Amino acid sequence: MAGTSNKDTGAAATINSVLGTAGARTAFEKLVLIREFENKVYDSFVAGLVQGTTHLCQGQEAVSVGTVLALRDDDYLTYTYRGHGPCIARGMDLEGAFAEIFGRSTGVSGGLGGSMHLTDMRLGLLGSFAIVGAGLPVAVGAGISARERGTGQVSMTYFGDGATNIGAFHESMNLAAVWKLPVIFVCENNLYGEYSPILSTTPMRDLVVRASAYAMPGIVVDGNDVVEVHAATLQAVARARAGDGPTFIECKTYRQCGHSRSDAGKYRPPGELDAWLERDPIALFRARLIAEGQLDEAELTAVEQRVREQMRAAAAAAAEGPWPEVKPLHDATYADASAARSAG
Amino acid sequence: MMSATYREAIVRAQREALAADPRVILMGEDIGAAGGPFKTTEGLFDEFGPSRVRDTPISETAFVGAAMGMALTGYRPVIELMFADFMGVCFDQIVNSIAKHRFMCGGKVAVPVTIRAMGGGGVRFGAQHSQTGETWVWQFPGLKVFCPSSPADAYLMLRQAIDDPNPVVVLEHKALMAVKGELEADPDRWPVQRPQVVRPGRDVTLVASMAMVRRALAAADLLAAQGVEAEVIDLRVLRPLMADPIIESVARTGSLVVVEENHESGGWGAEVITRALSSAFDYIDSPPVRVTLPDWPMPYSPPLEDAALPSVQRIVDAVLARN
Repeated sequence: MAGTSNKDTGAAATINSVLGTAGARTAFEKLVLIREFENKVYDSFVAGLVQGTTHLCQGQEAVSVGTVLALRDDDYLTYTYRGHGPCIARGMDLEGAFAEIFGRSTGVSGGLGGSMHLTDMRLGLLGSFAIVGAGLPVAVGAGISARERGTGQVSMTYFGDGATNIGAFHESMNLAAVWKLPVIFVCENNLYGEYSPILSTTPMRDLVVRASAYAMPGIVVDGNDVVEVHAATLQAVARARAGDGPTFIECKTYRQCGHSRSDAGKYRPPGELDAWLERDPIALFRARLIAEGQLDEAELTAVEQRVREQMRAAAAAAAEGPWPEVKPLHDATYADASAARSAG
Repeated sequence: MMSATYREAIVRAQREALAADPRVILMGEDIGAAGGPFKTTEGLFDEFGPSRVRDTPISETAFVGAAMGMALTGYRPVIELMFADFMGVCFDQIVNSIAKHRFMCGGKVAVPVTIRAMGGGGVRFGAQHSQTGETWVWQFPGLKVFCPSSPADAYLMLRQAIDDPNPVVVLEHKALMAVKGELEADPDRWPVQRPQVVRPGRDVTLVASMAMVRRALAAADLLAAQGVEAEVIDLRVLRPLMADPIIESVARTGSLVVVEENHESGGWGAEVITRALSSAFDYIDSPPVRVTLPDWPMPYSPPLEDAALPSVQRIVDAVLARN
């Protein structure tokens, strides 16, 4: 299986054959959820509710949704500071997520983490890593755990194109491959590592070739096509659950906003953003749902309106959340060793 | 009680942990069939097999990071770093990921990772294989840092580290591997996790860790022959640093000398002295003194390395030179 395969994973398949009718509706709803969540985070920043910075993922929603929909509830995920997508796709409580980003005690981590560290272990969301590449070895460890336990669980890790130049990426790919671990490496190639275009930092545009360096199967997909992403992930997940080892999936996509709150993205060549907006993943899927008769305009509009209202209510409730009490944070820093002694 | 070397104590602690808890998995370079470069996993591969005693690639970033993923998903990984110096290649995993993850998750998760890192000088390994690692990792909230100076502590501290729901870095000293001593098997008789007086005395307090404890004790013997009774305190636990026994001792002796196998600038000695001065200033009769490595890397040449390490004579001289 070593080597790469290009666009052989569902580009021509129908929505129904890959996602099914219920799956198609869920996929659309999750795409809209992530988009509206990110839009609301942006608006909240402008309104002064969000401090520090945020790294939003508008334009990359199909990667989160297409991959997450291929997972079981007991699978594991690690992701990045641009990681709201996997969290929302996985079903993170919206009010808790907003409250965390607003720094409130009602946040999913009591306000100690913030936008770059949304986590919920109950959903298999092991961690959001704000150091480029740092989530990959952790996902490899979850893969070791899954393999040892023999439960068929898989571990999925998300990272950007920029991360493929850092050591943690290469070491993680190597370890997952040599131990044939059930790990799925999802590269969101959005063409920019922070502010730098990929070809100024990386000697190739197609990162999937890096999989072959580790004798790992690699797949390239249109990361703005949720159906194609999902079809590829199903292959990778099946291989991992069968004990056949890791897969690298390169998702070609685009970050519609800048790197972070302070970046207007002015370094992008004229026309590039417009071209990618023409290929907006939600607009593409929406049109296809209608064309293939999965959902009609009225149903889609109803989903969008419901999600917007849901988002408005969640953010408003989060903004009412209390600030954390200023007190010593020893208990959050260290677990009580006396209580946990010798469970074995 | 049972007799063992420092090295055998490390093996025993891991064997018992592996036998007691199926969640315990060892990972490191050449720790399997080879038994470890310092034989600190000797026999464990044969006894527990390749999935519980795992040979890794030379890839600390991957396997230390992986330990965190294992810990978050139900296992209790025990990592061997062949040299403490190699913490440099997985520093991000240790201090940004492992140390902070529980905190960033609002205290909702535990990260029970044990990292054994073998360090220290005196074995002619040169500048990149002789560092203790103490000052690298001791300042990070979220980590615990244990520094065993004896077979007894090498054993019980590793057992405690593996049982701990928090990440623990256990710094083991290469020059102590062959030292013999008695181990205490009964956890109820283990000392609490803080500095411990290992020789009582009334005239001066010597605080040392790991290999420096033996040198401080030897210095105390020489000082006793000259009528100076030194109290020797083994620091044992660098983080969380519980300075109470040190402060109590200094308040009695009125004099403090720290003996540290780290560079003078930025060592834990500065912290110990600060805490003693802050809490026992009125009882201190002379300026505290540090006996440390110089502020240059460890040289290879034996006479140069010997001169760099705090020697018994340097400790004696420092004590006698107090104002």
